[in-house]
Amino acid sequence: MSTPGLILSRRQTFAFISPAFAIIAVFLMFPAVWALYLGLTDLELTGIRAVMPEFVGLSNFVRVFQDSFFYNALKISLVFVFGSGIIGQVGLGLLLALLMHREKSWIKTLVAASAIAAWIIPDVVVAYLWVAFLDSDFGLLNRGLKLVGLGPVNWLFHYPLFSIILFNTWRGTAFSMLLFSAALQTLPPSYLETADTLGASAWRRFRDIILPLLKTTILTDVLLITLWTFNVFTPFLLTGGGPSFSSEILPIYVYRTSFKYFKLGYGSAISTVLLLINLAFALVYLQAKRRQKKW
Amino acid sequence: MVSRFRWPKLFLLLLLGVGFFLPLLWLLLTPFAAEPTLAVKLPSLSLKSFSEVWQNRTAVLAFKNSIILSLGAMALVLGFGSLAAYALSRSRFAGKDTLLYLLLLFSSIVTGVAAMVPIYALNQKLLLIDTLLGVILVFTAGFLPTAVFILKDFVDGIPRAYEEAALVDGSSSLALFRYVAFPLARPGLAVIAVLTFVSTWANFLVPFVLLRSSEKVPIAVAIYQFFTEVGIPRIGVISAYSLLYTAPVLAVYFWISRRYGFGFFGGLKG
Repeated sequence: MSTPGLILSRRQTFAFISPAFAIIAVFLMFPAVWALYLGLTDLELTGIRAVMPEFVGLSNFVRVFQDSFFYNALKISLVFVFGSGIIGQVGLGLLLALLMHREKSWIKTLVAASAIAAWIIPDVVVAYLWVAFLDSDFGLLNRGLKLVGLGPVNWLFHYPLFSIILFNTWRGTAFSMLLFSAALQTLPPSYLETADTLGASAWRRFRDIILPLLKTTILTDVLLITLWTFNVFTPFLLTGGGPSFSSEILPIYVYRTSFKYFKLGYGSAISTVLLLINLAFALVYLQAKRRQKKW
Repeated sequence: MVSRFRWPKLFLLLLLGVGFFLPLLWLLLTPFAAEPTLAVKLPSLSLKSFSEVWQNRTAVLAFKNSIILSLGAMALVLGFGSLAAYALSRSRFAGKDTLLYLLLLFSSIVTGVAAMVPIYALNQKLLLIDTLLGVILVFTAGFLPTAVFILKDFVDGIPRAYEEAALVDGSSSLALFRYVAFPLARPGLAVIAVLTFVSTWANFLVPFVLLRSSEKVPIAVAIYQFFTEVGIPRIGVISAYSLLYTAPVLAVYFWISRRYGFGFFGGLKG
């Protein structure tokens, strides 16, 4: 290794990093802090309160915790994160990775290619695909149900929360699947062969060999998926949060308050609460990641 | 695993694979249908939906806007990101680790609608609402932290000997960056360039919140407006447009995963 010589002086270093940091400071860091301040005002999107907002102290924050729409959205978000994030993306991703491990059939290619396509196709397009897929008259799902004598079901109207959970599971499982597949690659084949020779059951192999190996990967994945799912806005494109707020997850509620009802001040107070929840998850995630590097 | 489980395992895998595949089918078939509907059926082939896209003024304008946004964000992230990554790799100063940690922390927290509320208010103050520049700056700030991290890893892997030799020959630091480090980091720069391009290209939320006039919106918002518009069903245009819009994203993913594995894509996606 070469000695860490001074290729750049202190002044040059500063000059090199300042353009990037100026943009990050203004458009990424400042807004996060400013949200807290805006939450203390009655800023609105239009009208007199847009130009001259008044300082209203903590009243917005007090209101958040008395707001039945906030609790409704929080409850729906929890179900959504648990259903589509933990059970859906992490659970199904793990199952797929296990089923695909050391499998070479064309079926594996079909699953991997479809799941990855679902994951990388842009938001508006996947949303439209699901509007078509779930359509009560023409949709492929109802056509399929008809073949076995069921339906038709108006999914987005009668089962909106279930629909967006199913949608978001389909949308994001590929990430977990790829992460777990990569982790399984590091598993020495001899372990499973030995277990086979000893006649271990599938459950024992999973519990005693695979689970300990994947423990840290699962933790990382759960934290990331929770953080992402908590902030995802795409269900808005499917249901708009309705009917009558029954699929209104927190991001949709923030959108409605801030940009449909124009209450930027109150919207900022809710956003601050969400950003603090994000902060908690990000801190745990970075801590876990740091510890993994040391091991 | 064990052979006695192979058939039930493959059957379950097939079932899940079909589940993942079916919603995609519409995108593959409908753009080519002579009479496009929400139903999936083997179409009587026609390319008329594609020609309708090119005759639609909004669609063509939005295509141009998407290119401007994506190229703009790409240029800024690449230029400023590589300068910063180079400096962070080649120098030591107090608080460097804290700075990197804060970058990572903020880039994972400031996401989604919650971040869009203060960003909207900020752009309004700076007179950047409803401007493409405002959207480009927000994307640039969002992608720069990840880009700096990935690029710093690449630069860390380049031996210092070349630069030290050039330094002895009397080159300036900007020349070191421009003629020595920059060319050597080219593979990393290529990845960052295409990832920034497609992430901007695919994003819906940021332009949806920050742009108001219909002649400024990118493809993502134009497609949304097509399908929320009441009146004439535009299913043909939407499906063909969606396919044209999606194709570059799929191509880039394919190229990157071939060369570098999937990890890179995850980094910039959220």
